[in-house]
Amino acid sequence: MNIVAAPVCAHCGAPSPTSFCCDGCEGAHALVAGLGLDAFYRRREAAIGEMRPAEAPQIDFAPLARTEGQGAWTLELMVAGLSCGACIWLVEQALAAEPEVRRARANLSTRRLVLTWVGEAERANHLVGLVARLGFRVAPFSPACMRATEDAEGREMLRALGIAAFGAMNVMLVSVAVWAGGEDMGPQTRHLMHWLAALIGLPTVAVAGIPLFRSAWAGLRAGRLNMDCAVSLGILLTTAMSLSETLRNGDYTWYDGATALLALMLAGRVLDRAARRKARQSVAELLALQDGSVSVLGEAHPVPVDRVRPGARILVATGERLRLDAALEDAGALLDTAATTGESLPRSFARDEALPAGAVNMGAPFVARVTAAAADGSLAAMARLLERAEQARGRWASLADRAARSYVPVAHVVALLTFLGWMVLGGASWQDALVPAVAALIITCPCGLAIAVPAVQVVAVGALFRRGVLVASETALERLASADHAVLDKTGTLTEGKPRLLPGAWVAADLDAATALAAASRHPLAIALSRACPGARPALGVVEHPGRGMEAEGARLGSAAFCGVPDAGGMALHFTRPGHTPVTFRFEDGLRADAKEAVAALRRAGLSVELLSGDGADVVARIAAEAGIADWTAGATPEAKAARIAALREEGRRVLMVGDGINDAAALAAAHVGAAPGEGTDLAQAASDVVLRGGGLLPLAEAIGVARRAQRLARQNIRFAFLYNAVAVPVAIAGYATPLIAALVMASSSLIVIGNSLRAGRTD
Amino acid sequence: MDILVYLIPVALFLGGLGLLGFLWAMRSGQYEDLDGAAARILFDDTETPRKGR
Repeated sequence: MNIVAAPVCAHCGAPSPTSFCCDGCEGAHALVAGLGLDAFYRRREAAIGEMRPAEAPQIDFAPLARTEGQGAWTLELMVAGLSCGACIWLVEQALAAEPEVRRARANLSTRRLVLTWVGEAERANHLVGLVARLGFRVAPFSPACMRATEDAEGREMLRALGIAAFGAMNVMLVSVAVWAGGEDMGPQTRHLMHWLAALIGLPTVAVAGIPLFRSAWAGLRAGRLNMDCAVSLGILLTTAMSLSETLRNGDYTWYDGATALLALMLAGRVLDRAARRKARQSVAELLALQDGSVSVLGEAHPVPVDRVRPGARILVATGERLRLDAALEDAGALLDTAATTGESLPRSFARDEALPAGAVNMGAPFVARVTAAAADGSLAAMARLLERAEQARGRWASLADRAARSYVPVAHVVALLTFLGWMVLGGASWQDALVPAVAALIITCPCGLAIAVPAVQVVAVGALFRRGVLVASETALERLASADHAVLDKTGTLTEGKPRLLPGAWVAADLDAATALAAASRHPLAIALSRACPGARPALGVVEHPGRGMEAEGARLGSAAFCGVPDAGGMALHFTRPGHTPVTFRFEDGLRADAKEAVAALRRAGLSVELLSGDGADVVARIAAEAGIADWTAGATPEAKAARIAALREEGRRVLMVGDGINDAAALAAAHVGAAPGEGTDLAQAASDVVLRGGGLLPLAEAIGVARRAQRLARQNIRFAFLYNAVAVPVAIAGYATPLIAALVMASSSLIVIGNSLRAGRTD
Repeated sequence: MDILVYLIPVALFLGGLGLLGFLWAMRSGQYEDLDGAAARILFDDTETPRKGR
């Protein structure tokens, strides 16, 4: 433990020379202390810099509140940053201290806060503001969050697992008595035991098996033999054979095997879903934070994007992202179109020119006329295209299904031959012949095989989740492991996607003084300047001239014209103050800190790397050289990007596409596997299989390592399961298998497979 | 073996109770936030009396 700790902010924990890194944190700390909740700071698990209070969301929450009758209202919120128990404690206690709040309950797994209060709906904004002031980012609990959270199928599976586990344990209770009783147990007692086992086993299989049978039926109808078909058939046949043995009071019944197999299968399924659900929720959380509202002229409150009609006039603030297709009504505007075209330099637009949805306002606030509603706009059209591409990718056959396809017919033929062999050659009755046949089936029944892949997936997806890599789709890990060519986007992927201060002919004192002005502004360049000098306090009496610059006590920071100096081009802020020579701060969209390393790591993993950007050739060439990529293309339109991916596909390459922009979305969806940074646009994230939450590209290279290791382990597991069968099946065919042997085989092979899978989380 | 007449129903009844408990816990939403439940148990009772729920 380090005792002489570097000074950190008392609220958010980010490095800070003073006790608070910003006014927001100071206010939050005072708020927490005022409520008597300082215990929070002792209890929380370290969270560095995540709790810096941002501006309260610009949304009117009052219409979102649901009335509960008798003046009570309920609001559901998504609270990002709820990362430990202390966080939910703080939020709940702070809200409970409000006199009108009747109930506040935060869910740590889903980040959902359910808030009930008495009084007026308008109090919603006050209460949301309170949570925001504590340093949590709040968004309405969107339908997408709901979809990611509400998992009716998962809940049904969990219920089935509970029932199957109960059934398996209680059948085992009876079965062990039969195995142990042996010769000492009279035929009547044995018969009673068989009927008892049937009494428990039959309803268990009938109820708990439903999710499995449904999946098997869906697979059959689609003409595919999946793992569930094999397992379902095994369970059903075993149950049927056991019933026949019960009726004729045979030596053994096999209900224990059938129910235990069912319970194991469901356990694998439940864990698998839980791991992916967590990742899906995190993606939904990232997206919910981006959901925004629009300032419509003539409306008192900002309006949610999907309710804005074409023809509405909207006001786009400095630094705001345009969310709808629109035409400019003002004389001119400066927009950063990096997300739509990949260009890194802001572009000027003239009156009546069409503005692309997704662009960010870099200049003065402007008024624009909406040309298409959200549902008919370019973003929605892109989303529909993506859905189709997504479905095409859904046809990828997973390793487990491919194994099942070759394995299931063999197992079934072996069982059938055993049955015929005993009946025809051995002269046994059909009931007697059924026993070894079904025994062969249940021993081959791919218990180890069925959990061989899910177990590995659970461990690998969980390990990646902890490193900030969210694996949302089912076969993403397998596709990631098999990628052999990486196509990277430049702006926002290889680079940070936001301007960064370049060194220049200025001294630290200039930067301090300029940052004092910049801290008051939301202009992207001013924010970049503030980021370069985090310690600076905002100056008093700063006047902002929108689109031009800031002014205070004779000092001016802003455009060349505003400061009265010659324009130097590019992204720059000029700074003049009385008695000093004018200074120019130049900015550039710089390479991510780990970009070079990540490219090298991708190469080491055997992937060839190319850069595909919509930006100009000179910038792309320079960034490519810096990142160490020899193969680059500039000026690629979204169509050209998708076409390039398609061409690579034709060549038989398995392309890993990494991109963040709206212009990358089509390429991401067309690629073998797509990945998007967490700060990327919502469309890019929706089109991707993997989302990198942590920022930085290096986790992606690590993820490939983990995915490959997981694939290796999954194959090992499958091979092991085959080997086990090769030994156990002859015993079953020969008729020596008893339910006891089957149970031992099943349990031991499952344990070994699970143990092997636990290694998937480690990195090489 | 007469003891079986009592023991087996008793065993099944106890097991059934466990199953019912599980189904009840699921229905009342206790499996919705496993992470939160693990953290909540460590919270101290607050001194400010909480309002009726």
